[in-house]
Amino acid sequence: MADGALKPLVEVRNLKMHFPIFSGILRRRAGEVKAVDGVSFDIFEGETLGLVGESGCGKSTAGRAILRLYDITEGSIRIDGAEIGSQPQDDLRAMRPRMQMVFQDPQASLNPRMSVAGIIGEPLDEHTKLSKSEKLDRIYELMDAVGLNRDFANRYPHEFSGGQRQRIGIARALALNPKFIVCDEPIAALDVSIQAQVVNLLEDLQEKFGLTYLFISHDLSMVRHIADRVAVMYLGKVVELAPRDALYTVPKHPYTEALLSAVPEPDPRLEAKVERIILKGDVPSPANPPKGCNFCTRCPKVMEICRSEEPEFREVAPGHFTACHLHDQTKSQTAGKTAASEAQ
Amino acid sequence: MTETAINPEIQKIRPPRNQWWDVWDQFKTHRGALIGAAFFIFIVLGVFIGPWLWTIDPTYIDIRARNSGPSWAHPMGTDQLGRDTFARMMAGGQVSIAVGLTAMTLSLLLGTAIGVLAGFFRRLDGPLMRFTDLFLALPLLPLLLVIILLFRDSLRAAFGPETGIFILIVFVIGITSWMQTARIVRGDVLALKEREFVLAARSIGTPPRRMITRHILPNVLSPIMVSATLGIATAIITESALSFLGLGFPSDFPTWGRLLYDSTDYLQQYPERVIWPGLAISLTVLSVNYIGDGLRDALDPRIRGR
Repeated sequence: MADGALKPLVEVRNLKMHFPIFSGILRRRAGEVKAVDGVSFDIFEGETLGLVGESGCGKSTAGRAILRLYDITEGSIRIDGAEIGSQPQDDLRAMRPRMQMVFQDPQASLNPRMSVAGIIGEPLDEHTKLSKSEKLDRIYELMDAVGLNRDFANRYPHEFSGGQRQRIGIARALALNPKFIVCDEPIAALDVSIQAQVVNLLEDLQEKFGLTYLFISHDLSMVRHIADRVAVMYLGKVVELAPRDALYTVPKHPYTEALLSAVPEPDPRLEAKVERIILKGDVPSPANPPKGCNFCTRCPKVMEICRSEEPEFREVAPGHFTACHLHDQTKSQTAGKTAASEAQ
Repeated sequence: MTETAINPEIQKIRPPRNQWWDVWDQFKTHRGALIGAAFFIFIVLGVFIGPWLWTIDPTYIDIRARNSGPSWAHPMGTDQLGRDTFARMMAGGQVSIAVGLTAMTLSLLLGTAIGVLAGFFRRLDGPLMRFTDLFLALPLLPLLLVIILLFRDSLRAAFGPETGIFILIVFVIGITSWMQTARIVRGDVLALKEREFVLAARSIGTPPRRMITRHILPNVLSPIMVSATLGIATAIITESALSFLGLGFPSDFPTWGRLLYDSTDYLQQYPERVIWPGLAISLTVLSVNYIGDGLRDALDPRIRGR
């Protein structure tokens, strides 16, 4: 990736989202679920960053926290040069048109009592002062853009199929010409055939409107198809961040290796030869993560240092970041390399 | 809907029309609701316009015609003082329906407001729900007695005997019957608040007040509707209970509840006197229930068009 030429649209630094746990008769604060625990990454303008990880690792929470749908515990988020990490919700309202979200479950993310025109028109009502006919024109324009029949404007969400509902959700996200869209598992609730349609639609729209995506998914093959760079999350932390091809061919982190080895292979003869890395045990509770590296309880290549010291998230190859003690020794070499690449 | 699916080319694209037309279209298909609405309108017109046509004064005492059964002169008979029951039914209906509707509206507004605020704003939840529990725990009858004894005379002085009592009764019924609505609404709002479309609205930047009016309220309409229709019945019956205790309207002032209680003494000799107000109360309540049922269906797009 020619990172130097692109400017980051989204800069996330040390993002933490902890949810308090209350217990006992007095509902005292007993601890916190560290859903997202110190995540840092950039998303460059016009690119798609894939965010993968198993269920419950904090992907969706990270996506929502970046849009400040939650009040974050700590960290800084800059979108398009504006710091939104610590702004009160009222001040964020003006920023909302620039960042939008496509939700996982198209059934739940559309108000069943509103017509399609009402749903797509809601952002326009909130942020623009269009006349009734201008608004209708814009709604029709958006429906064309996502491939919905204009005649559907009067209908209600329950009358649509999953794919069509997701299109409505995408049209709503596009209504205000955002720059950055968080796609929170937009295809997880859809059939495989519809998944392809929706992903292709997202790609077309990206080309047409110059959108930047944070594409959250647990479907590694789909992420390989759509993403430019991929970040792998485990238990609230990003363990590896790399350009797509580098991550899929030479994964640096043992967790990424295990995750990639689980991708099904369509050819049955090859499938028989695939060596699966089977992780033992369960994901530790995010309320009580292990000491040292979060992955040390299940890592096949665990070392003594992993149980005591938390690995640093560092660049081990140009543009390829990982947090693993296995790559501690490569630090000096790559440090030289990156310095050289930065100098160019 | 089906026509457009069959020939989308031929049909011109319809601009989004007002949702209330869809509601009306669906309401029309609910036979019970239509009959209920027609009957309710008939009763309302009957009690408010009827006295213009049936000009006997409901308080006129014709002692020689007392305790007479139904006849052309007195279609519903007369009571023990010879007052025309038909005229008294109409006069009583005005008051009962007015009390029922206004007290229900008041308790509904109060209950919905408190329920939505408690469910939507976490900080208000504790105080408002404890307040609701407080009202639920109050012994209602003694409370009513105290309120009425305290305020009856000053309200009478300010608004005249009938209007003063009317305001007092509506207020008393309203503030003692909102708790169930508040609790049901709060529960529904708590569940709705976690739905993704509310999160989507937040990501759009919809402020809380419009989030409530646009996303929360339309979705809690069904339970509100149900408690509204039940509320009318309760209000009419509470009013009659108050009148019976001598705390409501003056004893010569007819309401359906008062007529019912007055005639229970003569239940054995003249059972029809109990039947008239009883029938009026139950039919009104039934028709309102049907209207509520139809409205609830019509307002839900998932049921609409079925």
